[in-house]
Amino acid sequence: MRYLPLTDAEREEMKRAIGIADVRELFTCIPSGQCRPPLGKLPKALSEPELLAVFREFGRRNGFAAALSFLGAGAHSHFIPEVVSYLSSKGEFLTPYTPYQPEVSQGSLQAIFEYQTMMAMLTGLDVANASLYDGASAAAEAVLLAVRRSGRSRVLLAESLHPEYAAVIRTYVQNLAIELVPVAVEGASGRVSVSDLRSQLDDATAAFVFQSPNFLGVVEDGKAIAAAVHERKAFAVQVVAEAMSLAYLTPPGEVGADMAVGEAQSFGLPLGFGGPYLGFMAVREEFMRQMPGRLVGETRDLDGQRGYVLTLSTREQHIKREKATSNICSNEAWCAMRAGMYLAVMGQAGLACAARACHLNAAYFVRQAAALAGIRVVYARNFFNEVLVEVRKGSAADLAAALKKKGILAGVPLAWFDAGQKNRLLLAFSELHDRAAIDRLLAAIGEAS
Amino acid sequence: MSHLPKLIFELSREGKIGCGLNEADVPAEPAVDAELRRGAIADFPQVSEVEIVRHYMALAKLNYSVDAGFYPLGSCTMKYNPKINERLAAAEELQAHPYAPHDLVQGNLEIMARLEEWLVELTGMAGFTLAPAAGAHGEFTGMLVVRRYLQEKGDPRRVVLIPDSAHGTNPASAHFAGYEVREIASSAKGTIGLAELRPHLTPDVAALMMTNPNTLGIFESDIMAVAEALHANGSLLYMDGANLNALLGIVRPGDLGVDVMHINLHKTFSTPHGGGGPGSGPVGVAANLLPYLPVPRVRKGGSGYEVVYADPRSIGRVKNFYGHFLVIVRALAYLMALGRENVGRVAEDAVLNANYVRSQLQGLLDLPYKAPTLHEVVFSDSGLPVKTLDIAKRLLDYGVHPFTIYFPLIVHGAMMIEPTESESKETLDDFIAVMKVILGEARENPELLRQAPTRTPVRRLDETQAARKPVLRWRKGELH
Amino acid sequence: MVKENLLYSKDHEWVLREGNAVTVGITDYAQHELGDVVFVDLPAVGKGLKKGDPAANIESVKAVSDVYSPVTGKVSDVNAKLGDHPELVNQDPFGDGWIFKLSVDQVSELDELMDLKKYEEYLKGIAGE
Repeated sequence: MRYLPLTDAEREEMKRAIGIADVRELFTCIPSGQCRPPLGKLPKALSEPELLAVFREFGRRNGFAAALSFLGAGAHSHFIPEVVSYLSSKGEFLTPYTPYQPEVSQGSLQAIFEYQTMMAMLTGLDVANASLYDGASAAAEAVLLAVRRSGRSRVLLAESLHPEYAAVIRTYVQNLAIELVPVAVEGASGRVSVSDLRSQLDDATAAFVFQSPNFLGVVEDGKAIAAAVHERKAFAVQVVAEAMSLAYLTPPGEVGADMAVGEAQSFGLPLGFGGPYLGFMAVREEFMRQMPGRLVGETRDLDGQRGYVLTLSTREQHIKREKATSNICSNEAWCAMRAGMYLAVMGQAGLACAARACHLNAAYFVRQAAALAGIRVVYARNFFNEVLVEVRKGSAADLAAALKKKGILAGVPLAWFDAGQKNRLLLAFSELHDRAAIDRLLAAIGEAS
Repeated sequence: MSHLPKLIFELSREGKIGCGLNEADVPAEPAVDAELRRGAIADFPQVSEVEIVRHYMALAKLNYSVDAGFYPLGSCTMKYNPKINERLAAAEELQAHPYAPHDLVQGNLEIMARLEEWLVELTGMAGFTLAPAAGAHGEFTGMLVVRRYLQEKGDPRRVVLIPDSAHGTNPASAHFAGYEVREIASSAKGTIGLAELRPHLTPDVAALMMTNPNTLGIFESDIMAVAEALHANGSLLYMDGANLNALLGIVRPGDLGVDVMHINLHKTFSTPHGGGGPGSGPVGVAANLLPYLPVPRVRKGGSGYEVVYADPRSIGRVKNFYGHFLVIVRALAYLMALGRENVGRVAEDAVLNANYVRSQLQGLLDLPYKAPTLHEVVFSDSGLPVKTLDIAKRLLDYGVHPFTIYFPLIVHGAMMIEPTESESKETLDDFIAVMKVILGEARENPELLRQAPTRTPVRRLDETQAARKPVLRWRKGELH
Repeated sequence: MVKENLLYSKDHEWVLREGNAVTVGITDYAQHELGDVVFVDLPAVGKGLKKGDPAANIESVKAVSDVYSPVTGKVSDVNAKLGDHPELVNQDPFGDGWIFKLSVDQVSELDELMDLKKYEEYLKGIAGE
């Protein structure tokens, strides 16, 4: 077998050195009746060409590739410069372990330090960690951090939070003494109702978790939210499910958020059917020592040279065990490194250009869609790159199905998350679209509805 | 003046471009209020494409990796990451959007179903969720399943028992699932038997979390009796499968009485560690626990694969979308390449390699637990003139990545060596020879080891300064 | 290095009594065991503590240790200098490295602590293990 380098002669030599005649002697500690289960149901080994053929066949059974896609809702297609794929696939970045031996890991450590810096700049906050699993679990970790830091146990969640994020938060806190309370969204604006938020905030409230741009595509009035939350000495936690928006909208730190958490898949990671992606967390400095996840810090070596290490490790499970700030160990290091490469290549101008194109394409769609009789854009202002539309006749799923036949994945029907929302469809735009693609979408909607 | 690469921010010059995108070809008419928009991202990099390539190439040179050499980190299973798997995971035809209609992603759903079949057959568990993002995430998921099951039976109970040799994620995961952790001392043999379990097995015990083979590399040979005692008490047995590499094709945890287990695709199933992640931590359960697994679940329906998004008995969602799909792709490719005829050989070679290292080093280093070794062997620094850390750092000077140090906590100055099946006899012999040289140096010139490493890009780093005055980002105008 | 006029706990805290106020720190033995201290998490002034409650948290690079309240009382002051200079706990554990002060409810609880002689014997017992 090509992955096993020992030859039979070497195995014999090694057995002699150990003092055994048969390798099975090494397994006599295992209850003999249970040894060597039948594996007959499993397939036999494949050569490399056979493996390629089998996976090509899996690919053939998918049918999405040719479609023009406007799917988003927390997973976004963006252009990935070739440099990003080339550099990130190098074995030096792909195949090391966690940099516990910093003397031979300065490459990973410095790359993550640069990533942390860029995420802090993008969010307008002091400190970003080295990654968490994904946007949803990052939001759940933010809830735990807010509760730990405040000593309070009530957490408010905006109803315009991505439903899967809300679900993951519920899962994480289900056995902890944390109360989750929903905060309503105003139908007319698509924004959090600040009056409902004020009425829900009390002295036991640790935090308010809101998403901006929210799940309906609308950019929240973060300043009003943060002001209301801070009046009660609670923390404002902004969730960002489409990190590209950070390059276009006022950053969370400037708005007044105490923490920003979310999904940075947009920074150079392929759609990959949902993962692995990149959870990020950025916070004001006061949270630093209670943050979950790894942190890379700068220091000096014995010769006084600049170098990087994993630091503030006492927060983590391998030291604090059940008292740790989180149970996380393996994170998304490679994804974070790749995001750092992406951000470096895009640079100040390129990232702004991509983000602007995302918005302008969405804005173009909204203006043109006003002429379509079959749909109505629900929130025609203050969105970033996602647009919620209502289908006037029939269901959003029917419209999506009709467009699929024309080779267009028109958007995510909200019935995917909430069976009651039959006539709503969420469309996402990016710099990968152009006017012709959007015109094709508009024409197809016009014909189908 | 450092010979190390500058930071990307220090390379930045106003006006340099790394990526030339065109402006959108639609009218430049924004629909966002001006006060909601940001200005330029202050101090963000402006570096040319070629300089970026050279920057990262320079960083790459500073990293050790499995592709570069032997990486005997105990409990981490740093095996070779087959290159074909990278090509397969990068295939355009697999990069579906997670909300693409199911009829357009049948191939992807089948990949997930196939991996689940493999895992079921290899472990003897009734079913798996592929959602958890990493081992610790799997532990947390598994403990939520335990709790939900016991809750439905009337009482979630209060305590989870964890051996003192356990990885730190075990107590942390149990804690976040709402349990109080009670530590059990391992026996002199290094294992947990009935004698160790019984005094702790009170009616409020929800489960025992046991790593098998444990972190000493020793098979928990009383596991069936332990499982029986737990079950008689209404408690469950959770197995941390971090070390499953030793058991592949040899024995199935499901046949030993295990109720819930997680495995690490990035350890046992060859997916790259990526400098710390991403991993993937599927959780398998016995049949009576299947209803509690997280959503979504992929299943075969009348007209192809379908996905169940909601189930009132499920613990809920632990992650958005489906899990780390591209890691799942690599793991399935690895298993299909091995085939049923080779999975047992993986365990045999891994165990043979560990025992060979043990046989060659046991006269030179203290071996505190003498029970038979499976995939890894743990030595101690007792009786040596230097500390484990010094030996580890000296290995770096010889171009070898050190073993896991100071873990498990029950061994003084632990050196935990897991060679994996990926290593040739020559590699092991080289490592053994280097260890002999270093142990000689330790006797003759211990200071050499205390000063090590001296041949690496940087020397020992000041971790105290890093933690006292944390500098976690670059800032313009500050001294870096 | 230990000091005569202090009382000691089994968790290696020292206590200086002045009327019904006490100052608490960790002993030289404790700072040595911990290694280089990198951060001290101080209690809030005004916080009520019962005897044995974790009051402060001392972190070194690779270990964390709770400082327990040796008596029941209310936190009246904390050593704010430790914020910027946690190394004081290593450099001067019995002086500038003090951690917090309590106003004590029941002075009689102090009777359960060890005097210098008993603490020295206690340390010998640990060394002998």
